[in-house]
Amino acid sequence: MLDPTMIDLSRWQFAITALYHFIFVPLTLGMTWILVIMESVYVMTGKEIYRDMTKFWGKLFGINFALGVTTGLTMEFQFGTNWSYYSHYVGDVFGAPLAIEGLMAFFLESTFIGMFFLGWERLSKRQHLLVTFLTALGTNLSALWILVANGWMQNPVGSEFSYETMRMEMTSFVDLVLNPVAQVKFIHTAAAGYVTGSMFVLGIASYYLLKGRDVAFAKRSISVAAGFGLASILSVIVLGDEAGYELGDVQKAKLAAIEAEWETQEPPAGFNLIAFSDQEAEETTEVVKLPYLLGLIATRSTTEEVKGLKDIMHDNEARIRSGMVAYEYLQRLRKGEVTEGNKAMFEEHKDDLGYGLLLKAYTDDVPNATDEMVAQAVKASIPQVAPLFWTFRIMVACGFTMLFILGAAFYYNARRVIEQKRWLLRLALFSIPLPWIACETGWFVAEFGRQPWAIGEVLPTFLATSSLTPGDLIFSLSGFIGFYTFLLVIEVWLMFHFARKGPSSLGTGRYYLEKNAGATA
Amino acid sequence: MIIDYEILKLIWWVFVGVLLIGFAITDGMDMGVGNLLPFVGKTDDERRLMINTVGPHWDGNQVWLITAGGAIFAAWPAVYAAAFSGFYVAMLLVLFALFFRPVGFDYRSKLGDARWRNAWDWGLFVGGAVPSLVFGVAFGNLLLGVPFHLDELLRPYYTGSFFALLNPFALLAGVVSFSLLTMHGGIWIQMRTSGVLTERVKGWILWTGIASMLAFAAAGIWLVMGIDGLTIVSQPALDALPNPLAKTVEVMPGAWLANYAEYPLTMIFPALGFAGVILTILMSRADRPGWGFVTSSLAITGVIMTAGISLFPFVMPSSTDLGSSLTVWDAPSSHLTLTVMFWAVVIFLPIVIGYTIWNYRKMWGRLSIEEMQERTSAY
Repeated sequence: MLDPTMIDLSRWQFAITALYHFIFVPLTLGMTWILVIMESVYVMTGKEIYRDMTKFWGKLFGINFALGVTTGLTMEFQFGTNWSYYSHYVGDVFGAPLAIEGLMAFFLESTFIGMFFLGWERLSKRQHLLVTFLTALGTNLSALWILVANGWMQNPVGSEFSYETMRMEMTSFVDLVLNPVAQVKFIHTAAAGYVTGSMFVLGIASYYLLKGRDVAFAKRSISVAAGFGLASILSVIVLGDEAGYELGDVQKAKLAAIEAEWETQEPPAGFNLIAFSDQEAEETTEVVKLPYLLGLIATRSTTEEVKGLKDIMHDNEARIRSGMVAYEYLQRLRKGEVTEGNKAMFEEHKDDLGYGLLLKAYTDDVPNATDEMVAQAVKASIPQVAPLFWTFRIMVACGFTMLFILGAAFYYNARRVIEQKRWLLRLALFSIPLPWIACETGWFVAEFGRQPWAIGEVLPTFLATSSLTPGDLIFSLSGFIGFYTFLLVIEVWLMFHFARKGPSSLGTGRYYLEKNAGATA
Repeated sequence: MIIDYEILKLIWWVFVGVLLIGFAITDGMDMGVGNLLPFVGKTDDERRLMINTVGPHWDGNQVWLITAGGAIFAAWPAVYAAAFSGFYVAMLLVLFALFFRPVGFDYRSKLGDARWRNAWDWGLFVGGAVPSLVFGVAFGNLLLGVPFHLDELLRPYYTGSFFALLNPFALLAGVVSFSLLTMHGGIWIQMRTSGVLTERVKGWILWTGIASMLAFAAAGIWLVMGIDGLTIVSQPALDALPNPLAKTVEVMPGAWLANYAEYPLTMIFPALGFAGVILTILMSRADRPGWGFVTSSLAITGVIMTAGISLFPFVMPSSTDLGSSLTVWDAPSSHLTLTVMFWAVVIFLPIVIGYTIWNYRKMWGRLSIEEMQERTSAY
């Protein structure tokens, strides 16, 4: 059996590197479109200030992008280095969207990003705009394929287990791509990225207005950010709701854990706003509960029920027992006892094989697992409730706060009085971290809520790791933490440095710090 | 269109080769520039000049590596699983070294401080040197066989140590890749710059070229004299469902040369390895670096193909459990996945090559220090 410390450290490493990568991704997703908008205005109107905006915000975007690329490399390597059984078991399905991402999206984005930064003199106005557009298209297509891959981890459609090759194999590429979970997640994630870009531009531009610097530049930037941001936050929230509906359909345990629902509620189910859940006792103390809301989100009706965790665990026990049979016949088939009877028995229980594998945490002899082991596996077949409950609520709270900020910014900007609303400018500046908090908690909910599965109901996380030693993990994890901290310090320092300087850092001589260099020095 | 499973398996060996060669020619070029950066560039201006010749390209080039990794994941999941986890420490060292590149290129010239810039220059050196060395070391170890086995559920276990990878033969293979890519970066610098630097780099091209030929020849002699290859004694039909444990494999002296004996035409690849380097040196001396870059690319192709043909049909031979060795026939994905990925490559790779050429054409020309200083957008 695999070393439990090694498994834990592998999970920590994946979580740390993935969440760290996602500090940089959403800003890239959003900023590229904001740059496209700014540069389009420049090409259409010929006004220099819009080129300066593209270049300055592009500069900040570039500082971020470099780390996005750096940390993305880790993600590509890490499935093989640390999750090698996962790679073998599902590479046939999961590898395809990753490879297509490289071919279709990452090449596009990476080839044109260099021309975006260094091609201003070599390209015509229109060509440069095309380059910016293709960069934005590339980053977004990249997100699409990654979420097709991730969506499959949540809801493994279009695939089937093959006992001959001992792995999951693709049965329909179209089903894989059109996975409803992937579609919903892509739009939710991409729109969250657009919000991040908008909040970033809005917050920094507000800082210039608060300082009374480069007012024309800042106001035009706010116009773009507020409009784009408001549209995006609305789609994040609406699509987030759509995601809730999908969850109610395919990931009932995750939904119940987010809501801390141990018991199945009579429809229409209410929504726990504040509640405290006890995993051991399997109960929740409700503090504030909103009637009807959960039923509406999860089932779009007032009559369908939302299943509680206890009932889900009850169902899981049956599936675990069926999985034991599947495992037994898999062993026979692998030993070469390929009879029609064995095949038929395996086929009958095959869909529960993953549940049988849950027992691998307690015994290598899965078919003869004891009742006690089954009971342990049942307990472990649902995610931890409390962390999911709270992170989900943090995400939603951030979302609604941003809706307010972006709505207010849009309104006052349209009425051309935003300069006087110093409270809003200050609020926007200090709210810059909000989209990141929302993105990171959102991913936490998505991935922690998927536990105990690496691939939903197919492959348990603890089985998916490589056969490494804790020493290997200590080496790599300390390397990641060391490098990532070092890089983050540099990145944040550069970001502050150039954000403070503002457009004066372009060296055009047209902006505040340059014009007033004599006066302040 | 449905292509035969057996043929597809073979096509995927070619595709992975194409992606690895594409990576070595494009990203190997900017890694070579990184290897030369602290030594050939004597002043900050000279180093900036070198960096700016690859500035608009390194990021796109690096995607060849990422796509090759992704393609191996999709087409040979068993190889991706066994190689990446087996070479764990080596892979992470490559990864940590690669970290220096995006930030090095992008952040270096944002501040004027000399120590800041010098530190990133060495970062870019590490980001070029470690991968260009380790990829050769990895191929060297493939030829020696890797100590790994698969259990009955096909989980790979690596039983060697990191330091065992740094054996003399593998290090010699590392010298081949390191010196070859450094020469490749050198000829790029000679082609894309004008000034003292352009003259200075010629000496580096000469000596790294000679070093790569000597190391390639020595590795070849070693392979002929002292390294036993593997041969398949029996295996399921080539279009069977992939099962690495279903074949019988034996050690056989000279097995790594069997393909050259059977298909003499393949000897063109080792020959290309030598001829490409000699021609590159001559072209560099004759001030024809454009042709030199072509011949240098051919040399890289020759060397990688030499290793690939020697191993074929093995992809990742095992030294401790011969039957666990992974081959072109028993490591691939399902028929459907190989078909889908085949079309993805056939459709998208030409498009990628098309816009990459557009990128290079738009950014083409010899760069001088004076011209670089006039530009408003440069690293």
